[in-house]
Amino acid sequence: MNLLAPSRVTRWIIGIVVGLFFAVPIVSLVLFTFRRVDGTGYTLDHWTALFSPAESSVFQPIWVGLGNSLLLAVVTVAIVLFLLTPTMILVALRFPKLRSAFEFVALLPISIPAIVLVVGLAPIYLQIGRTLGTGAWTLAFAYGITVLPFAYRSIQASIDAVDVKTLTEAARTLGSGWITVVLRVLAPNLRQGLLAASLISVAVVLGEFTIASLLNRQVLQTALLVVQKTDGFAAAIVTILALAFAFVLLLIIGRVGRGRTGRTTP
Amino acid sequence: MTATATARVDIDPGARPAATESRAPSRRGRAGWAWLGLTPFAAYILLFLLLPTVLAIGSGLFDGAGRFTLDNVAALGDPVILLTFWNSTWVSLLTAVIGAVVGALVCYAMLGLSDSGFVRTTVDAASGVLAQFGGVMLAFMWIATIGLQGLITQLLKGGGIDIYANGPWIYELPGLIPAYITFQIPLMVITFFPALSALKPQWVEANLTLGGTRGGFWRHVGIPVLTPAFLASLLLLFANAFSSYATAAALASQGAPIVPLQIRAALTSETLLGRQNLAGALALGMIVVVAVVMWIYSLVQRRAARWQS
Repeated sequence: MNLLAPSRVTRWIIGIVVGLFFAVPIVSLVLFTFRRVDGTGYTLDHWTALFSPAESSVFQPIWVGLGNSLLLAVVTVAIVLFLLTPTMILVALRFPKLRSAFEFVALLPISIPAIVLVVGLAPIYLQIGRTLGTGAWTLAFAYGITVLPFAYRSIQASIDAVDVKTLTEAARTLGSGWITVVLRVLAPNLRQGLLAASLISVAVVLGEFTIASLLNRQVLQTALLVVQKTDGFAAAIVTILALAFAFVLLLIIGRVGRGRTGRTTP
Repeated sequence: MTATATARVDIDPGARPAATESRAPSRRGRAGWAWLGLTPFAAYILLFLLLPTVLAIGSGLFDGAGRFTLDNVAALGDPVILLTFWNSTWVSLLTAVIGAVVGALVCYAMLGLSDSGFVRTTVDAASGVLAQFGGVMLAFMWIATIGLQGLITQLLKGGGIDIYANGPWIYELPGLIPAYITFQIPLMVITFFPALSALKPQWVEANLTLGGTRGGFWRHVGIPVLTPAFLASLLLLFANAFSSYATAAALASQGAPIVPLQIRAALTSETLLGRQNLAGALALGMIVVVAVVMWIYSLVQRRAARWQS
């Protein structure tokens, strides 16, 4: 028995008190989506509205925002997989001395509030608007920076767990080219880190509000705020669905992460 | 804006072989090419991390015509601006302290539970969602709870208690507090649990064998060992609340009681000429506060990491 662990009673008291603090708002939000507009009793109407064509105009901004957010998630994951990952592999293989400097840069966005970044991004996005257009997907460049610390940590943990140097040398000795080494030798070995990095990037992108809102791009979170002004029920329903989706996503990340630690204990 | 930014400096085992390799002349030419591989990422970081940061700080120090000026920085001394900085500071500090204490208790309650058990996996995932994903949605949750038509508001009203007797404070500064605590506690759980789980059960056993008590263990060993990690997490929570924007933007519909909302006001108002540069000055003020906090964080974290490997 772990002597550090609290007694069963202590555990339950803390669990129930803190649990209530989180359960009450969540239950309130769920009950709110069943409430009649005039406040008398409960109804399923708000949920069926999600699928009814007559109400589709209410949800219109959400679908547009969700579409943009998903596109952004794809582009951001592409930045993580095809720009960040190769650079990290290169640093691990050829520039191990740069590692701490690289880590410093990768974790830097934690110390720079998004609201500060957006002040400097505004003029840059003015230029991007002129050259690449004002499409929502361009936000992915900024999001790549936002997810950088999370993605870096997941991928670096995988790189540390696998002996990339020996794997590479072995593959090179056996005659593989660099592309084969990266795609068919390293990527499969780093798959757990890459998967976790991708999933956390998706979660961060779907939850991002600050940058999109101040650069006037329509994404899921900004759409929620717009819809909330016209139909609070619709916004609440989408919020519940989004929170549930993110929860499942993070459960999967947890599984992936644990799989990694379980496999690589030396 | 989350995380365990462990300021851990690893001694890289790969460093030595690389050094011997670079002595071989045949390899040196290849290393020259390898540098090129770093350029795309370097260019990306330069354009989307360093340039915006420099622009944000710079726009506070230069006027519209590009001349160096301290006028915008002087505007930070304006009583309204000072008040928003003060508001941001105390709300962040209050929610950081509450979040840290409650979060630490939650971590303590989870000690000894299996890593892959139901409780741990659920709490981990839920913490991640609330700490990193929330923002606007946390605001909706609290509006549904203690908003003017909220569940608890209505229940209390039925019992004769009007929590809004003094006006709708949920849409003002005090309304941020419950919403902020909702993301501070989970962030504390994420950042503090690794430190707490690094306490070794053998230490208690040793302490008990030598005639100590469990209470004595916490007083003389557990708490002193954990204090740096706790302080580091507390600082991270403060920086997190101080930089948070989404929740406040969704809750406080009018006015700008905290700094990020002042930045929004300065960025979006086109009526006053030169307000754009005020946004820069505010951003500069924020980054100074956050940089100082994160610097102390890295110092404290370095001490905390001593017991964590």
